[in-house]
Amino acid sequence: MTVIIGVVTFPGSLDDRDAFRAVVLAGGTPVRLWHADPSLRGVDAVILPGGFSYGDYLRCGAIARFSPVMESIADAARGGLPVLGICNGFQILCEAHLLPGALTRNAHLHFRNRDQRLRIGSTASAWTNGFAPDQEIVLPVKNGEGRYVADSHTLDELEADDRIIARYARGNPNGALRDIAGVRNEAGNVVGLMPHPEHAVEALTGPSTDGLGFFASVLKHLVGAPASERSTA
Amino acid sequence: MARVVVDVMLKPEILDPQGQAVANALPRLGVTGVSSVRIGKRIEIEFSGEADLEQAREIADRLLANPVIEDFTVRVEESVEASP
Repeated sequence: MTVIIGVVTFPGSLDDRDAFRAVVLAGGTPVRLWHADPSLRGVDAVILPGGFSYGDYLRCGAIARFSPVMESIADAARGGLPVLGICNGFQILCEAHLLPGALTRNAHLHFRNRDQRLRIGSTASAWTNGFAPDQEIVLPVKNGEGRYVADSHTLDELEADDRIIARYARGNPNGALRDIAGVRNEAGNVVGLMPHPEHAVEALTGPSTDGLGFFASVLKHLVGAPASERSTA
Repeated sequence: MARVVVDVMLKPEILDPQGQAVANALPRLGVTGVSSVRIGKRIEIEFSGEADLEQAREIADRLLANPVIEDFTVRVEESVEASP
C-alpha cells in the first residue's frame, strides 16, 4: 500500500523540503499542498512544516490558521486524518484550536538552536506509536517562540490523559511548562512537536536518525501493522 | 470614518519576558521604584462608515488576540481627524 503524505507550503515555510525528504526516507510518498488551495489531493496524512508562515505577523501561526488549506485540514483532522505540526506547524495547530495551549516567547528571549534530548511520553498517537515509552531521542530544536504554555487545569488534564508525547530531557531550551515539547489531541491523530524530526533522518546531516520514528509511526498507523511488529527499540 | 482601538495584553498569569527585560533595563536609566512592566499591543481599526464595535470584538476574538494567553478590550475612539 502506498501511503501519501501531504506537506503544506505556506509563504514563509522553511522546512517543507526537509519534511518532504523525510517522508521519502521513511518509505512514504510525499505530495505538495499549497496554502491557497483548499484541496488535500486525497492524502492519507498531512505535515505542517516549520518556518515563519505569513511572516508570523501578529502571532506565530495566527494568520496561517485562516488559510484555505487549513480550513480543509481542520475539518479532516476532526474526522481522524493524521496531522503532524512541527515547530511553526505546532503553533498553527494551537492557533486553530486543534491542540490545547499556546507557544510563547522563549523565557530567556533568545532564539535557541541546538541538538536537544527528549523523552518520549505517549506512544498512543499516529505519529509516536513506533517509539517505546520513555525512549530517549535527540532532535534539533530551533525556535524563538517555543515555550509551551496552558493553564494548570489543562496541563493536569494532558498529564492525566497521557497526551504529552515528548518532554525536554537534560535541560529545557525555552522554559516550556512541565518541560513539554509536544502534545497530541484526544484521538491521537493530531500531534504538535516543537523540535524538528525532519532534520534528524540522515547520519550525514542530523544529530541522529531518531526523527524517522515519527514518519515510520504514521506509515505503520495507516497500513495497520499489527502491534507485535512495532519497534520497541 | 470611525476608529476602534483594540488593546491586547498577555493574561496576568502568562510570563512576559519582554516586559521583564524592559523592567530590568530601567535601573540603568536611573529609574527606581518600578516593580513591573508588561507589554501589549494596540491595534487601530478604521471603519469606512460607522464604528462597528460588535464586529471589532469578533475580529479581536478570532484573530487579534489568542484567548488562551491574551485578554483584549475594545473601544471606539472619538473625534478622529480625517486622514489626508
